[in-house]
Amino acid sequence: MKAKIIITPKKAVVDPQGKTVQGALEQMGYKGVTGVHVGKYIEIDLAPGTDPAAAQRALNDAAHKFLSNPIIEDYKLEME
Amino acid sequence: MNFAVLQFPASNCDQDAIHAARLLGHSARYVWHKDNSLGNADVVIVPGGFSYGDYLRCGAIARFSPVMQAVKQFADNGGLVLGVCNGFQVLTEAGLLPGALVRNRDLQFHCEHIFLKPATPDSPFTNKIPAGKILRIPIAHGEGCYFADEETLVKLKANNQILWQYCAANGNLTDVANPNGSLLNIAGVCNERRNVAGLMPHPERACELLLASDDGKWIFESIFAALEKKSAAKAA
Repeated sequence: MKAKIIITPKKAVVDPQGKTVQGALEQMGYKGVTGVHVGKYIEIDLAPGTDPAAAQRALNDAAHKFLSNPIIEDYKLEME
Repeated sequence: MNFAVLQFPASNCDQDAIHAARLLGHSARYVWHKDNSLGNADVVIVPGGFSYGDYLRCGAIARFSPVMQAVKQFADNGGLVLGVCNGFQVLTEAGLLPGALVRNRDLQFHCEHIFLKPATPDSPFTNKIPAGKILRIPIAHGEGCYFADEETLVKLKANNQILWQYCAANGNLTDVANPNGSLLNIAGVCNERRNVAGLMPHPERACELLLASDDGKWIFESIFAALEKKSAAKAA
């Protein structure tokens, strides 16, 4: 079993990386890009037989306390 | 006074902090990140550097070091804690200071002298800075852009928790003088209780004229004065 955590900067936080990438995409001729947000992707391998519900609770806790900083980032957790 | 200067893997301003404290006539020693106790300490410096390689987020891993539990307890008991640069990032990640530090707005690492306006003399970290004095102090960071949500900023202003702001040589808080895009030109803040502070600039690298400025010593002198006042009050 795998857990995937996608972390993105909050909309209120200036994201210079996203803006720079957006500018580069425009320069390359890609049309219609209205926003780019650069974040992080974390993949976590879980032992076989792990209880998905318990793992999800634990990982939500870890994502909130450690893997993301709720002041500046949002996260999305997916179990697979 | 006894300075405890923390050492994490990849701290690199720990020696500068020790040097500055000793230069100004005080005793200072290192405290390893795996230590559970600070020993005999009057003030704790969380130094600059790239603790744990800045992995995940700056300061995110250092905050879970055993020594940080001791720092938390020390701060809860009213002890003075100053975080410099990466130390500031560690203290915000640990929840000891409000807000967060994000990537500089121009994505560049800035290594230069800047001007700092002390926003209030009312703290153990600013009380000795002469009125109207603008401090010239170096910065060296890639992620020093101060961010806090609107509600936190309102609280910081209301409680006088903003201690230093980036300014022009004449003291004006301009956007050009802001090296990293920090909200309200914030370079450093303190907690509500005013015993924990952090700033991105490096006062420990500006305590002797050989290093082009000794303005940083005013921040250390403020700490000494606050500690003396505290020990005098205790003795009385």
